[in-house]
Amino acid sequence: MSDENTKTVSNATCTFCGCVCDDMILTVDMEHHRITKSQNACVLGKAWFKEHSVEERPFALISGRKASTEEGVEEAARILAEARYPIIYGLSDTTCEAQRVAVSIADMIGGNIDTTTSVCHGPTGMAFQSVGESTASLGEIKNRADLIIFWGGNPAEAHPRLFSRYAVTPKGMYTPNGRKDRTVVLVDVRRTASTPVADIFLQVKPGSDFEVLWALRALVKGRKVDASIEERTGISLAVLEDLTARMKRCQFGALLFGMGLTMTRGRHFNAGALLALATDLNEFTHFVAAPVRGHGNVTGADNVVSWQTGYPFGVNFSRGYPRFNPGEWTTADLLARGEADAAMIIASDPAANFAKGAIEHLKRIPVITLDPKTSVTSQIARVAFTTATYGINTPGTVYRMDGVPISLRPAFESPYPSDEQVLTAIRERVRTLLGGNRIPAGTPLAATST
Amino acid sequence: MAEKMTLIGGRSSKQGTALCVGKLGEEYLDVTTIVEMNAEDMARLGLQSDSKVRLRTETGEAIVRCKSRDTKDLPRGLLFIAYGPASSQLMAGDTAGSGMPISKNLEVEVEPVREDAESHGG
Amino acid sequence: MGSTLRIVNGRVYDPANALDGVVRDICVLDGRIVAAVPADAKTIDARGMVVMPGGVDIHCHIAGSKVNMARKLQPEDHRHDVHVRTRLTRSGTGGTVPSTFTTGYRYAALGYTAAMEAAVTPLGARSTLEELQDTPVIDKGFFMLVGNNVLLYRLLQEGRLEEFRHALAWWLSATKAYAPKLVNPGADELWKGNRNANITLLDEKIGPFDLTPRKVIDAFIGAANDLGLPHPVHIHCNNLGHTGNYETTLETMRIADGRRAHITHIQFHSYGSVAGKSGDNPTSRATEIAEFVNSHPNISADVGAVMFGRSTSMTADAPLAYMLRRFGGGKWINADTEHESGCGIVPFTYQDKVYTNALQWAIGLELFLRSEDPWRMVFSTDHPNGGSFMSYPKLIRLLMDREFRKQEMAKVNQKAIEASGLRECQDRELSLYEIAVITRAGPARLLGLTGKGHLGVGADADVTIYEENADKEEMFSTPRYVIKGGELIIEDHEFRTDCEGRVFHVAPDYDPAIEQVIQPFFEDFYTIQFANYPVDIEYLHHHQVVPTTPQQATPTVASERP
Repeated sequence: MSDENTKTVSNATCTFCGCVCDDMILTVDMEHHRITKSQNACVLGKAWFKEHSVEERPFALISGRKASTEEGVEEAARILAEARYPIIYGLSDTTCEAQRVAVSIADMIGGNIDTTTSVCHGPTGMAFQSVGESTASLGEIKNRADLIIFWGGNPAEAHPRLFSRYAVTPKGMYTPNGRKDRTVVLVDVRRTASTPVADIFLQVKPGSDFEVLWALRALVKGRKVDASIEERTGISLAVLEDLTARMKRCQFGALLFGMGLTMTRGRHFNAGALLALATDLNEFTHFVAAPVRGHGNVTGADNVVSWQTGYPFGVNFSRGYPRFNPGEWTTADLLARGEADAAMIIASDPAANFAKGAIEHLKRIPVITLDPKTSVTSQIARVAFTTATYGINTPGTVYRMDGVPISLRPAFESPYPSDEQVLTAIRERVRTLLGGNRIPAGTPLAATST
Repeated sequence: MAEKMTLIGGRSSKQGTALCVGKLGEEYLDVTTIVEMNAEDMARLGLQSDSKVRLRTETGEAIVRCKSRDTKDLPRGLLFIAYGPASSQLMAGDTAGSGMPISKNLEVEVEPVREDAESHGG
Repeated sequence: MGSTLRIVNGRVYDPANALDGVVRDICVLDGRIVAAVPADAKTIDARGMVVMPGGVDIHCHIAGSKVNMARKLQPEDHRHDVHVRTRLTRSGTGGTVPSTFTTGYRYAALGYTAAMEAAVTPLGARSTLEELQDTPVIDKGFFMLVGNNVLLYRLLQEGRLEEFRHALAWWLSATKAYAPKLVNPGADELWKGNRNANITLLDEKIGPFDLTPRKVIDAFIGAANDLGLPHPVHIHCNNLGHTGNYETTLETMRIADGRRAHITHIQFHSYGSVAGKSGDNPTSRATEIAEFVNSHPNISADVGAVMFGRSTSMTADAPLAYMLRRFGGGKWINADTEHESGCGIVPFTYQDKVYTNALQWAIGLELFLRSEDPWRMVFSTDHPNGGSFMSYPKLIRLLMDREFRKQEMAKVNQKAIEASGLRECQDRELSLYEIAVITRAGPARLLGLTGKGHLGVGADADVTIYEENADKEEMFSTPRYVIKGGELIIEDHEFRTDCEGRVFHVAPDYDPAIEQVIQPFFEDFYTIQFANYPVDIEYLHHHQVVPTTPQQATPTVASERP
């Protein structure tokens, strides 16, 4: 690999997980369209950059047959325009620009739009709607937090730089001694690679997080908690009292939580209990909570769907306006109940991750996929587009887990179109087929001039 | 000789890197068909590292290989598996009106199976 | 681009050009007001109608992380108020924090053609710009939060005033902002770093900084004036909402000392104090506040009127939101942004039977009615803090129709009316001319948007045509025609076309060497790369740079037109 064919891209952004680290220094082999080095990336980021090169693939596959992007667009638009209950899902691994087009298509066809949030921190979003949230950008945590509690997550394996760049070891303005200025607490049902990082480890009994959180709330408010809490949760009253004292005493506390709370019985109640605890603590000191997000732009998906519709995920447009009801218009349910009759899946692989019943239904309906790689879902798709990888090939905006927006710096070009380009082409074709936005019966029609 | 245990699905570093290589690849399949089990539980069930077991829920079943973990790390009765096609087989579709299927703390039946049983069924 | 139009027979209210209901032709060509158009141009017969420039909202919260959090927080608010899609317009939801498309369409449907998002952190500028792109029709800009900026504080406390000014200019340019915004200056450090404390005195030390709010306010007013920004420092004073806070407000205005300064939602800062049974009760000091603004031509304000019903308190004043939460006890959001700002959100309902709420309502009206210079006491409800922008037509009626106002006064908490000075000025009615000043001409002039708020030749062709109606709320609720940038957006009350407005921003000059001061701070303390912080110009779609006065004097920055 000669020097002329090497490019260095600094300040690039890794979008593998929600840390969205923007300090990548990428060494790019321009001849072979490959990233050969990704300085500052964690092990997951390194894999992300290494494995996303340009593979020789058809631009599109229609029923398994090679096709051009344009042919794919034609067929995809036809499917969406003719469907009675079209759904759009995924979106957590693509740019905001693409997400915005996806929502506009759902609005146009009166379909359903949902993102991977509904099977990730959707319950947190629901809890947020009831409780609110005291939160902060990651830089506040880096610079100020002297007590950090990780709950229901394993950052060492899922978000390595949460420890090293943002929350545990970095030196900050009021944490000049880095790790030494912080007390780290970890709460989980088992020991993981994250456990050695913690000063205090609470090993809770599976399915008892709610009780632990509620007991902490009670102790924070000065109420009595019975010693039998230990039997129920595996955590003694003494440990809980000690943790309560630390939480009230700290200068700036942070609760960072993961799927351990949302993917288990209690879901939004668990998340709500944690958010309420952080809120309660603000009577004594400055305390924040933040959900740790898994995908590079799932936060962007939440934001885009929220600003365009008012609701964060699971939005249905069939009546001509956005409606929100988790369980009714969330994708896992729409598929499990067999209601959707067409699906467009963008940057996601539900056929690999969803429950069996949902996957079976997905196999019965026409599916359109947009993905840089072959996935389980693209293999069952009627129309499978190959698109460029966001961040590596395409520019655009993504949001870090704390809501900070960052612009991507692509490393090398891809011959394949971006998600945004494909979706825009689909939208325009659908617009032609439908003559504008679809108007459900009974709603007032706009004048149709110009 | 099936026993009831609690299965936690989650991410792991290896699963994350294998994901980047591709979900259809060998590496990903291998990583996501290993279940971590408490050493004492394994002894009681007559299992060794790499033995095959069937995990079964009301929804489906998967055949995976065991990996032993110390009691201080993984309590008795608890299992851990990295998310993937195997764990998806076991997950029920009902979200209790929340949109979110349960994928942690699943009650599963664990049963040793013969070596020639196909890895990850469905 | 846009239509060629002639509007005839309408009574034109164009205070910037001293037109007070004169029947005159208004001609539109290529997005501007022109002297004449060809005979065969489309004609709008505006007989029996009132023709005004498009409305300009000087202070509202419509786009950005803070707004979006408030939007996400209240699905119940959206369910009651859906916005149905049409063939050519997007669907959405309303309530006090509508979705972006709904926001743009509804502003346009009220006859507004420009609005300023009032509070954005530099770190969040991109998200505001993205949401503004999805806010159709209206032209827009945003005010950038600087009043609690840690690096600027450091420069200030070290007496590095030159660099302070260059850094401020850099920040405004880099984020594509319109004006500098101060919110409860000094409070952030105490809120985040001192267990949720707040600042209450202008001469109180700001935590670890060798600074006081007075010093901070003074420095920003000075720097903004030196930079010759089109709109001066926009100030949300300390002690918002606190009983007796009018003294803080007067003192803050005195700091300006002849230099331009804008006090925002001044109603919330106009409270006196009287001893009550269980503590002090607020009273109205609208008289003193109005008097000061009247007699100090360098000071301008927007009222921030309260309207009864649902609202959402969303503010960079985090301690304020926490305090408000105590009244409702319900959901609450706090969101800190590293080194830049705080944020608090609380849903809130203003009730006419509650003493303090009725007092706030009365004070807002008082401030309008006591103003002797409506060009400098302009219209706002601090949407959605004091009330939704959808309540603007009702507020206009309250100002124009004293009988209606008296009826409404009779319905609310009477002790509050007694404690206010509203009865003294209850006979004044604002004229259509004055309404045109406070909702169009005045805000445009205060913002320095020379093409807006008037219908003189060369102005942007933003025109609203209302059907005359004795019921002013009815009249201002549904304009018959709305023209934006020469495009006929609304005709006969219906949307005819959709369009995207421009982002107005400033690009004041600065010494590039200031980046060598800013960058090390980033590398040590921020969590994004310095190179990734400024907003690329490509982010902006349609945009226009508004020059500073030094730039106007020696034009080096060309203003762009799409």
